Amino acid sequence: MTDRIRINLRQIVNNEERLAPGHRLCAGCAEPAAVRQILHAIEGPVVVSTATGCLEVSTTVYPYTSWRVPWIHSAFENASTTIAGAEAAYKALKRTGKIPEDRQITFVAFGGDGASYDIGLQWISGVLERGHKVIYVCLNNEAYMNTGIQRSGATPRGAHTTTSPAGEVLPGKTQWRKPFTRIMAAHDIPYVAQASPHNYRDLMMKAKKAAAADGPAVLNVLVPCPRGWRYESDQTMAIAKLAADTCYWPLYEVDHGKTIVNYKPREKLPVAEWLKAQGRFRHLFRPAYAGLLQEIQAKVDEEWERLLKEEANS
Amino acid sequence: MVTSKYMPLDGANAVSQAMRQIDPDVVAAYPITPQTAVVQNFSQFVADGIVHTEFVAVESEHAAMSACVGASAAGARVMTATSANGLALMWEMLYIASGMRLPIVMTVVNRALSSPLNIHCDHSDSMGARDSGWLQLYAETGQEAYDNTIQAIRIAEHPDLLLPVMSCQDGFITGHGVERVGILPDEAVREFVGQYKAKYSLLDVDNPVTMGAWDFTDYYFEHKRQQTEAMNNAMPIVRAVSEEYERLSGRPQPIVDCFGMDDAEYAVVVLSSTAGTSRAVARQLRAQGWKVGVVKPRVFRPFPAQEIVEAIKGCKAVAVLDRAISFGALYGSGPLFTDTTSALYNLGVTGLPIVNYIYGLGGRDTLPSMIESVYRDLRQVAESGDRGAPVRYLGLRE
Repeated sequence: MTDRIRINLRQIVNNEERLAPGHRLCAGCAEPAAVRQILHAIEGPVVVSTATGCLEVSTTVYPYTSWRVPWIHSAFENASTTIAGAEAAYKALKRTGKIPEDRQITFVAFGGDGASYDIGLQWISGVLERGHKVIYVCLNNEAYMNTGIQRSGATPRGAHTTTSPAGEVLPGKTQWRKPFTRIMAAHDIPYVAQASPHNYRDLMMKAKKAAAADGPAVLNVLVPCPRGWRYESDQTMAIAKLAADTCYWPLYEVDHGKTIVNYKPREKLPVAEWLKAQGRFRHLFRPAYAGLLQEIQAKVDEEWERLLKEEANS
Repeated sequence: MVTSKYMPLDGANAVSQAMRQIDPDVVAAYPITPQTAVVQNFSQFVADGIVHTEFVAVESEHAAMSACVGASAAGARVMTATSANGLALMWEMLYIASGMRLPIVMTVVNRALSSPLNIHCDHSDSMGARDSGWLQLYAETGQEAYDNTIQAIRIAEHPDLLLPVMSCQDGFITGHGVERVGILPDEAVREFVGQYKAKYSLLDVDNPVTMGAWDFTDYYFEHKRQQTEAMNNAMPIVRAVSEEYERLSGRPQPIVDCFGMDDAEYAVVVLSSTAGTSRAVARQLRAQGWKVGVVKPRVFRPFPAQEIVEAIKGCKAVAVLDRAISFGALYGSGPLFTDTTSALYNLGVTGLPIVNYIYGLGGRDTLPSMIESVYRDLRQVAESGDRGAPVRYLGLRE
């Protein structure tokens, strides 16, 4: 267990800024906030890989880079395996004395939900099964935002995207999202957590635990996207908080098999509060979709209850 | 020169012996017939602690090349191995490895590509990757596969090159065929390959670098120009490493191996194991007074245009044998043919009658009698002055 780790904000704010300002991510994008919190929380050197996506194209427009740490992008589906290759090199080069035995490096991969839930799932699974000591972070904005808001396995039911548009007969995406965090936890790795940057203390704690884990760790971080979710760019953290307060996005962790729900809202808000704050769900408030709204609420309730039971039983 | 120790080895085993002696930092690989023996043997070396390598037994070939890219970018000496569909699955990463100038060495045990599914030898896998920015060496024997693999390390890592290298041999024919293979002393190989010191490394945390950045319309073209410049300048590096290895091993390492070409009127240009069959036939025909020869490029990328043209330009007729089809190319010819004819034209040789034979697809046997028929055809072409069908098929039922 790694639950003795504490966050010292006073100390953390003095840590170096590893993602430099001046990158080209959109105003209101939650990704840089999440990345900075995670990299602030990790002590010592880090090496980062990033999947093709918003974060990658917006931070490394040649000949510029926002990364003040060693960084690599190779392709879309394989940020996990690329960083695992670097970790394998680290082990081998330590063995031959080419890098000092006492040099500690934390290996972190960032991928979007498309890169994680969909195209890269096999690669992540392989990295976890082989036990590479890396942190895989899914920056989850619930669609392929970099290519212009297409549905992914993380897109929630009812969301309008450009490939699951709301139309005369379809209410946006017709399928439920994939339970990625549970799939990650089912690999029986030391540490898996679901987090959100609005609760920075919680996210940074989880990043620290992931770094301290004795094996692979996965963080699934909700990163609201003003462009894709259709809300004003100053509302990002409020939207993220609503996701937790409605239990649409529970903040929890599975630490060596033990499930801990890190945030239980005093008053669980109806999921409609979360949905109506975003233009991508606007069509769900037509009278014709009242039944679907109920189904979405029932699904949120069911998942929340299962999570609480899982916590109680673990 | 050092003395080789001779062992009975199949080509796959010969390559794993080379890998044992090279002792790379990282090997990431996935099993596929007929490459499997390479990975199996190497895993045993890891299990027995004979090598210091970090072996990453990945879940797919795409992951194999992805891990190789990450490891090579982290400054490690990296190797892998594959065949056929495995190479096809790596496709995306082949270009990324070469575009990032990562000196990864991969042994390819050539096998037909699906569909239909076939596990036997042809060159459609690596020939499809000929434009991916990797150097390609083709081995006639297990011995050459061993020798090429060791040289590939030095070629790839040469500071003026920094490009990945494929070391290819024929699946089953040499891959599973046991022959007498001369193995250099471990120490000699260790010294020959030396230590790899990457110019940039992800693990150099005090000097952070960004690798694989996003190139707009304003830089991508220049980066590709640099890459092609590196490949264009690769041949002298390949030659220098080959000559050094030749001095070490005592085994000739020509860029293009020529047999009987001093006076040959009819020549066969062919890669890999069928060069051996062709040479045996040529030897017999020469004993009967025919002036025939065999031209075997050991290096296919970069293409040894000068060497091939020099060898064949005085012939009366030439046959290029391809173990792959470039579908939709002129007459449905093969890549060795299109490159050879392009080289002839560009080097000012015109009027040389030249025909293409597609042979051995999916492991179809190529018998000495077939090669003999090629030479007879060439005489017919030269004597009649009529080239006839530009692309023909050997050993095919029609």
